[in-house]
Amino acid sequence: MVTATRPAEGAVRAALAKVSDPEIPAISILDLGIVRTVEVADDRIRVELLPTFVGCPALEVIRDSVRERLAEVAPGTEADVVFTFAEPWTTDRISAAGREALRASGLGPPVPSNDAPTLIALEPAAPCPYCGSHRTVLENAFGPTACRSIHYCTSCRQPFEQIKTV
Amino acid sequence: MTGSLVPATRDSLALLLLAMADDEFVIGWSDSEWTGIAPLLEEDVAMSSLAQDELGHAKALYELLAELEAEAGSADAGSADADAIAYDRPPEGHYHARLLDHAPTDWAATMARRFLYETADAVRLEALADSAWRPLAELVAKLRREERYHLLHVSTWLERLAFRDGEPRRRLLAALDDLGPDASTVLAPLPNELALEMAGIVARPSRDLEARWRAAIGPTFERLRLPMPPPLADATGARSDHSDAFRRLWADATSVRASDPAATW
Repeated sequence: MVTATRPAEGAVRAALAKVSDPEIPAISILDLGIVRTVEVADDRIRVELLPTFVGCPALEVIRDSVRERLAEVAPGTEADVVFTFAEPWTTDRISAAGREALRASGLGPPVPSNDAPTLIALEPAAPCPYCGSHRTVLENAFGPTACRSIHYCTSCRQPFEQIKTV
Repeated sequence: MTGSLVPATRDSLALLLLAMADDEFVIGWSDSEWTGIAPLLEEDVAMSSLAQDELGHAKALYELLAELEAEAGSADAGSADADAIAYDRPPEGHYHARLLDHAPTDWAATMARRFLYETADAVRLEALADSAWRPLAELVAKLRREERYHLLHVSTWLERLAFRDGEPRRRLLAALDDLGPDASTVLAPLPNELALEMAGIVARPSRDLEARWRAAIGPTFERLRLPMPPPLADATGARSDHSDAFRRLWADATSVRASDPAATW
C-alpha cells in the first residue's frame, strides 16, 4: 500500500518540467507558459493549465502526461489538473529559455503580441530560425497545427514554421 | 457560477450560448469540407486549421452551456454534455443563423459567407468582452485572439476576389446577392435578450450590434465597390426553419456518433 506524503513544490515543478505539448515537443509546459498555478496541499495537488488554442486537440494528452508525472513524484496523492480560461494564454508567456530552445529546434519563436496584428505587421517580424535573416515571407498564417504559421526564408531558402503570435 | 442568475436570465443566456456555439459549429463543419479540395494547397491547410479553430470554439461554448444547465439542475437537460448538445438534437433543434443555412457552392461564396459571418461575430464578441458572466467573458477574451487571424484571412480573400474583374468578381457578386439578405441574421435579436443586457451579460442590444457591424464593414464594401447587405426584412425564423443544405450537413456531421452512440473515443 502506498502512503501519501506531501510532496515538495519543487518536486512537483520538476515533474511538470518533464511534460511537453506534443505539438511543441522542444520545450516544457513550464517554458511554454501554460502552467498558471501549482498548489500543493497535504492530500492533494492542484495544477491549473491555460489552453494554447481553444480547439487544441493536444489538451487531453497534456493533462494525462501531467497526471502521470505527478503520480511518479507524489504517489497516492490526488491530483486535480484543470484547464481554465481565467486568463488567456498568449505567446508572450513563453520564457526566454523556451524561445531559444524553439529556435534551436528550427521552430521560429513568436514575435511579441500586440492588440491588432496585421499581415504587414506580422510579415517582416519573423526571423529565420536557421540563419537569423529577417528577409522572410509569411507563406500562410495557418499551419499544420493551430499554433503554427508557415514562413519562407529568402536568404537561406529554407521554409520554416513559427509559433503563431496570439 | 450561476448563483446570481434568475431563471429568465439563465434561459436567455443559454439561448445566446447555443446560438454562438451552433454558428461556430456549422461554419467550422462547412469549412472542413474544403479539406483536400481547396483551390490552393495553402488554402487546404488554412481551411483545415480554420475549421479546427471554429469547431474548438463550438466545443468550448457547448461546454459552458452544459455547465450552465447542470448547475441549474434542469431535469430535462439530464446529463447532456457538450457532445450530446452538439450531436443529439434533431436538425430542427439547431439554432444557428440563417446565413449559415446556405451551402457555399464555390470558393467565392465560401469567402463571402466567411466575411459576412466573421465580421458580425467580431462585433458580437466585442459586446461580450466585459460580460458580467465571467466564464463567458474569459472565453471570449481567448476567442478574440484567435478570430483576428480568421478576419485577416478572409479580408485578404475578399479583396483578391473583388479586385479581379471577370469570373472572380462575378462569382463574388453572385454570392453576395444570394447571402446578403440573410447576413444580418447572425445579429438578429434573441428572445428576451433585454434580460441579458440588464444583467450586464451583453453590453448592448442586437439592434446596436447590427449598426456597429454595418459601420465596420461599410468602408471595405465601398472601397471594393460591393453592394452592402440589405437590412433584415424579417427576423422571424432567423435561427430556425433550416434548409435542406443544413439537413445534409447535419446528417453528415452526426453520422459517426449515430453509428454507435455508446462508443467512447
